[in-house]
Amino acid sequence: MNTSVSIAVNGTPHDSRIEPRLLLVHYLRDVLGLTGTHVGCETSLCGSCTVLLDGRAVKACTVLAAQADGAEVTTIEGLADGDELHPLQEAFWEEHGLQCGFCTPGMIMAAHQLLEDHPDPSEAEIRHGLEGNLCRCTGYQNIVRAVRRAADAMGAASS
Amino acid sequence: MIPAAFDYHAPTSLDEALSLLAAHGDEAKVLAGGQSLIPMMRFRLAEPGVLVDLNHIEGMAGVTEEDGHLWIGALTRHAEVERSDLVRKRYPLLHEAASVIADPIVRNRGTVAGSLVHADPAGDWGAVMLACGAELEVHGPDGQRMVPIDELFVTTFMTSLSPGDIVTGIKLPIAGKRSGGAYEKLERKVGDFATVAVAARLELDDDGVCSAAGIGLTAVGATNLRAQDAEKALIGKKPDEAAIDAASRAAAEAASPTADNRGSVEYKRDMVRVLSARALRRAAAHAGGEG
Ligand SMILES: Cc1cc2nc3c(=O)[nH]c(=O)nc-3n(C[C@H](O)[C@H](O)[C@H](O)COP(=O)(O)OP(=O)(O)OC[C@H]3O[C@@H](n4cnc5c(N)ncnc54)[C@H](O)[C@@H]3O)c2cc1C
Ligand code: FES
Ligand code: FES
Repeated sequence: MNTSVSIAVNGTPHDSRIEPRLLLVHYLRDVLGLTGTHVGCETSLCGSCTVLLDGRAVKACTVLAAQADGAEVTTIEGLADGDELHPLQEAFWEEHGLQCGFCTPGMIMAAHQLLEDHPDPSEAEIRHGLEGNLCRCTGYQNIVRAVRRAADAMGAASS
Repeated sequence: MIPAAFDYHAPTSLDEALSLLAAHGDEAKVLAGGQSLIPMMRFRLAEPGVLVDLNHIEGMAGVTEEDGHLWIGALTRHAEVERSDLVRKRYPLLHEAASVIADPIVRNRGTVAGSLVHADPAGDWGAVMLACGAELEVHGPDGQRMVPIDELFVTTFMTSLSPGDIVTGIKLPIAGKRSGGAYEKLERKVGDFATVAVAARLELDDDGVCSAAGIGLTAVGATNLRAQDAEKALIGKKPDEAAIDAASRAAAEAASPTADNRGSVEYKRDMVRVLSARALRRAAAHAGGEG
């Protein structure tokens, strides 16, 4: 039996009839065409599918789209303001926080929540905050640097 | 991978959820954080025909001290326990365990009660609740009852609850004046399930003598285990090195690990001893005793 959902994705409301077994990540990618959110594993381990569900980071491969009914979802596509990159995107670029870029959308969404919880994070806090996200090529050094740089940029912007 | 098809219900009250479960019998399963059930459904290890999602029921989450006990609502996420100031200040065992379950993103969704009902012997909350002597508040077709944690686990992935039951919360003894606890988890890498883990809780009287002790073990048996002989080795004694050593050896005896890619039987059993001693020393120090 299909079910109706009304989900605001990056500020745009969407009403859809979907199969209950549709995972949120497939709803975003296949129904809405938002392919920035990646699928990197089948075991809920890699974090490349990370999005914000009502402001909290979740693995979109381990949440049903039906569960997002009435909720707000933010994906990597929702971070930039027009042509202006989000400070996290800018910092990943500047610090070479990506090589192939496969893990990057999930990494950035996880970092987004990390900076909300810890606006001035220590290196250890950054590393712990990203424990759910795997990168197979860049290595974590530059990713940690990028998050720290974004924290500085966002702190400067808000003070 | 995609789960098998099912019907989805998102009731907004407990009564509605109970009626849905009653109407669908064995077909139906409760969905909480989904961090174990959805992966199992994706692998088709679980194929429920009906899912009853508890997430829209108000008032099922939160950690509070009330009427002489600590109450953890069934829908309380691991992350909520981890961030709670009350827990950080007064229940170090719970805080430490919450901080090492899975990774921060899984912790945002996964719930304490879901973890207990999932009954994975490698789950962390089972050992913690055994050490604490927790009770589960359960609502079922015949009304409400309390299920002591010692009566919950039957075997791997199986509890004594019935398909029509919903856990609504977990009740723990309130921390005494001189209480302490610690969770020691050995894992191959961050975010992994435990190779071995030990939960320890101590209550001391005014003379620094153990009036209560709880020791729970993770990943060394068909269920989470309670090391009762180890607890007995501490009660009535000061938690000095000799008592901690005796208790740690008894805890190792209580373990019945199996060999796998995380380690041999001998290794895991000895790690129970080592981690028990570490957890008890820290619990004692926290309670203001020796150790
Ligand atoms: C990558 C990854 C790593 C993990 N690592 C760890 C780890 O290190 N340690 C650990 O302990 N866990 C770990 N987990 C599991 C995680 O803690 C789950 O959150 C937990 O096991 C299940 O809780 P849930 O709320 O997600 O339950 P669900 O997946 O929603 O449900 C699990 C089971 O419990 C039943 N259930 C749920 N709530 C209730 C209720 N209130 N009443 C009756 N039945 C109920 C469901 O029907 C189902 O059978 C990991 C999970 C993932 C994906
Ligand atoms: S796709 Fe790997 S965690 Fe979701
Ligand atoms: S940039 Fe390639 S996986 Fe991280």
